[in-house]
Amino acid sequence: MAKKQSNHATKPNRSKMPNRSRMHVPEPPFRPGDTPDYSHISVPAMHSPHRPDPMCDDHETAEHALKLIRVMRFNGEAVGEWIPAIDADLKRRMLTDMVMTRAMDDRMFAMQRQGKMSFYMKSRGEEAVSVGHAHALRNSDMVFPTYRQQGILIARDASMLEMMNQCLSNSGDPLQGKSIPVLYSFKKHGFFSISGNLGTQLIQAVGWAMAEAYKNEDGIASTFTGEGATAEGDFHYALNFASTYRAPCIINVVNNQWAISSFQGIAMGEGESFAARGTGYGLATLRVDGNDALAVYAATAWAAERARKGGGATVIEHFTYRAEGHSTSDDPSKYRPKNDADVWPFGDPVERLKVHLIHIGEWDEERHEALSAEAKKTVRETYKQAEALGTVDAGPQVDDFTMFEKVYADDPELLTEQRELFRRELSQ
Amino acid sequence: MTQMSMIEAIRDAMDVCMTRDPNVLTFGEDVGYFGGVFRCTAGLQEKHGLHRCFDTPISEGGIIGIAIGMAANGLRPVAEIQFADYIYPAYDQIASEAARLRYRSNGDFSAPLTIRTPVGGGIFGGTTHSQSPEALFTHIAGLKTIIPSNPYDAKGMLISAIESDDPVLFLEPKRLYNGPFDGDHESPSVSWKGHPLGEVPEGHYTVPLGQARQIREGRQITMIAYGTMVWVAEAVADAMGLDADIIDLRSLVPLDLGAIEASVKKTGRCVILHEATRTSGFGAELSAQVQERCFYHLEAPIQRVTGWDTPYPHAQEWAYFPGPKRVRAAVELALKAA
Repeated sequence: MAKKQSNHATKPNRSKMPNRSRMHVPEPPFRPGDTPDYSHISVPAMHSPHRPDPMCDDHETAEHALKLIRVMRFNGEAVGEWIPAIDADLKRRMLTDMVMTRAMDDRMFAMQRQGKMSFYMKSRGEEAVSVGHAHALRNSDMVFPTYRQQGILIARDASMLEMMNQCLSNSGDPLQGKSIPVLYSFKKHGFFSISGNLGTQLIQAVGWAMAEAYKNEDGIASTFTGEGATAEGDFHYALNFASTYRAPCIINVVNNQWAISSFQGIAMGEGESFAARGTGYGLATLRVDGNDALAVYAATAWAAERARKGGGATVIEHFTYRAEGHSTSDDPSKYRPKNDADVWPFGDPVERLKVHLIHIGEWDEERHEALSAEAKKTVRETYKQAEALGTVDAGPQVDDFTMFEKVYADDPELLTEQRELFRRELSQ
Repeated sequence: MTQMSMIEAIRDAMDVCMTRDPNVLTFGEDVGYFGGVFRCTAGLQEKHGLHRCFDTPISEGGIIGIAIGMAANGLRPVAEIQFADYIYPAYDQIASEAARLRYRSNGDFSAPLTIRTPVGGGIFGGTTHSQSPEALFTHIAGLKTIIPSNPYDAKGMLISAIESDDPVLFLEPKRLYNGPFDGDHESPSVSWKGHPLGEVPEGHYTVPLGQARQIREGRQITMIAYGTMVWVAEAVADAMGLDADIIDLRSLVPLDLGAIEASVKKTGRCVILHEATRTSGFGAELSAQVQERCFYHLEAPIQRVTGWDTPYPHAQEWAYFPGPKRVRAAVELALKAA
């Protein structure tokens, strides 16, 4: 086993009241007013761990849970054993998807601020996790995402108009207003209905994967949680069942450092690796620089190959940073330094892939500017189409009576009665 | 027709479904090689294969979680929870996930799984092997909750549950596994042998969900029951010489309101029986439905016969159980008033 790498220095009590107790309560290293300094986090430049055969014994990946797989150096150079064999076209496609995801997030956030929708959640800083992951899977592999993997839908060519309609809960909403914004469901794109209850889908993904194996099909499932919800029992269920039944799945922990206002140390104590959680279950474990799209792609491809060949599940920790608030209802300046994201030592995922593409002579600043402008234009125009179909409280609306539909496969008598009561209520 | 106990009928329902449909499979704690602590899956692994009838870790949340994923992916899983008392770790998966998946995805995904679990007392199981938690589940939109009282219904209803496109909670009154129970624990056990509802057709048949069974027809009083209490009601009606309408609900959600309404409007008197604790029990819902629909036909206040509002005690099991004495007292009140 490699030596444990500590990622968080903690600061003592900032409360006005002295701690008169021996009980330990973790605190993040920096709070509002502090000058954040992440020099205690080691950023490995040249020494990604060795890439073992994807069908290796799970113990061979124990050290990977404590290191960090990286492909791109900050100067854009790709190094090490994990460089994925993908061409420049696919890299440009990944960059495009990431830029598009960010452009859509920005637009939707702004529109929420204008009251066009009840809520929104951005994925800024984490676009490489969703986009890099999606491109290393088959489109038919079922993903069980959280609310911060909208990049998977962009990567799988989902209709942005349908996504926006869902967020606006308008007359074009494929979910007819039944779910809050961003909790998409796109079976046709291998994207499972997102639950607002955290962690619950981890074990469902294991069941989905078991069904793939049961049917002798070679599809896999890939499921996501933030680091915060690894504390739920469902995370334990998922790792345990995945191990017992050697389920063909990938269990992704997106460690973006923050669960709303709680830093990652609250989820499981300081300085540990979330990937290492998998080691005790006999699962393969990888820890990857989540701001490095090529590293995410490489780790995913490794885990997907292992799952598809019958080697069982892999726990991947994507080490990244939530650059914005949890949601439109959150204000991160209340609990962390304002410039925390800017000094995060792993950079910005879009910028890093861009620098790499320029480094290998497959991209330039002008093309990047044009791409950003084009993405903004597409988003703006698509949003205009979406708003023409209504917003949560204006324009064409979802028929209220649809709330009685899809509770069961067939309507029970009591619901039919209640629908009639509601009809009378409206006519009063 | 074959003579079957309720255990055999439940096993036969799974066997029939597994034979007809390769997507049906069953799993749970001790369910595989051993065949379940109540023997409901005995022989299924040998007959249908290790991958179709298997053991799981002791993890109810995990069991229901994988069942949801499998069901969403086209299978028809039948998950066993060893005792209903153990179901609570799975409550989030049942209430927030299985029951809501169709709704929140607007029909994009659904989870047609069946959960089988033994309920009720009468075996000296104490607080952790005797509970009747049906009301915690009838409150959940999107879930069906059903409970048979005899082998014939058990097989037909379980087949309906497995074939249902909705998640179904199938509650098995464990005191009825081997025979009907009249509520008198001191009388010798009776087997299903010779009981007309112990005669079970071979092969495939269904009992539709949402239809009550009229156990006997009368004009004097309506007794609404389900599970074990159906047979306690019948024994009391016999002992008192009542001309009673006895309704076995069989399905709590969906509920056969027509059968309830027709009966109470006919008799004007209503006693509701269940083994579960009283406060917020399913009897409260039934009582409300009866007064909303039949108020002007009622000749007397609706009576509820239930367990006490305590955990299910061990040594005092029969003091807790709503046996013939408690039923008789309620019937007398219902008959006396007005």
